[in-house]
Amino acid sequence: MSAIWWASLRRELTLIWRAPADMVQPLFFFVVVVSLFPLGLSPKPELLALVAPGAVWVAALLAVMLSLDGLFRRDQESGALDQMLTAPVVTVVPVSAKLLAHWLLTGLPLALIAPLLGYMMQLPVAVLDTLMVSVLLGTPTLTVVGAIGAALTVGLNRGGILLAVLVLPLYIPVLVFGAGVVRTAQDGLPTDGLLAVLGAILALALSLGPVAVALGLRISAGD
Amino acid sequence: MLFRDLDFSAHDGQIWQITGANGAGKTTLLRILVGLHGFYEGEVRWDGPLAPSLLYLGHQPGVREELTARENLRYSQALAGQSGDVDAALDALGLYGFEDVPAGRLSAGQKRRIALARLWLGDKRVWVLDEPFTAIDQDGVARLDARLREAAAAGTLVLYTSHHRVGEDVHRLHLSGAGAEVLA
Repeated sequence: MSAIWWASLRRELTLIWRAPADMVQPLFFFVVVVSLFPLGLSPKPELLALVAPGAVWVAALLAVMLSLDGLFRRDQESGALDQMLTAPVVTVVPVSAKLLAHWLLTGLPLALIAPLLGYMMQLPVAVLDTLMVSVLLGTPTLTVVGAIGAALTVGLNRGGILLAVLVLPLYIPVLVFGAGVVRTAQDGLPTDGLLAVLGAILALALSLGPVAVALGLRISAGD
Repeated sequence: MLFRDLDFSAHDGQIWQITGANGAGKTTLLRILVGLHGFYEGEVRWDGPLAPSLLYLGHQPGVREELTARENLRYSQALAGQSGDVDAALDALGLYGFEDVPAGRLSAGQKRRIALARLWLGDKRVWVLDEPFTAIDQDGVARLDARLREAAAAGTLVLYTSHHRVGEDVHRLHLSGAGAEVLA
């Protein structure tokens, strides 16, 4: 079973690596959207620092969501998805490898670049590490929860909008606590509790999410 | 409704050809048999768990264009738990020299051959093949035909949809709107 998991992870990483546009696009979107705020709002440092946590988090959330639409599409179109579903392993094995690969090459880069964007948005330097940790804890949840929507809409021609409708309400807790942590840190208050809540949401998503994704794929294949 | 009154039992070492007009439900029947399609009335019973012995080749070959022929087959092999030699299997289908070429640069027939190479990896006793003969040339048809007969002789159950008939003693199942009939 673990051999299949490693083979799957290797395949998924290779697939993303060979089509780097899928990897660069969310990162590019994240950087561009955040850079538009000073232009559209006002370059005043106090104002930017006020909206920075929300702006960075909303941009990260949308970047992850946009990257998920195609998560299973090409596997479905090529027939590779049917192979996964008829394989003698539980579908969670290839699915979890896919989710990890996707997060490593999209969510993780977002977390790594977030402090830079926070600095650009005039966040105090002392808060930047909290911003990075919050995005680091939040993006895997966004990936897993979004993948449930992607699995359910994979058979539909224009699933993008439906995906957003399904997934965005579930993203709200992550957004509230993610941006909340950064704001709390800005106010100089302890952030451990809020980070723990983000961690708890992540634990819940990681334990139940892959199973839900596998079931969603099975439902999509069956009609 | 696609078909009704369908009743047949298939055994080790048999080859079943499923025929029918376009849209008669051949692909749907195969998807029901392998458990991918859940909306039907009736019963499908296998002797023991199907997954470990199943080799299912869908309408789409399941080959990703970004990966090379060898990478595609290695992954299929790992996923299905087959043990054979990947390079020998590709060689058996005339893909020698194309192992490291991304599948996107190969022709439709060659992509189908990558998928078909799984039949040369062994370890599976139930083959469910959806249109395995499409897109491949005469030489490929001959190799596949021989391979199906060889496998059936060794005790494999082969179910496939196609208008190509493998040998004379093939069992045939014809699907039509009126009902399904088993022709000897």
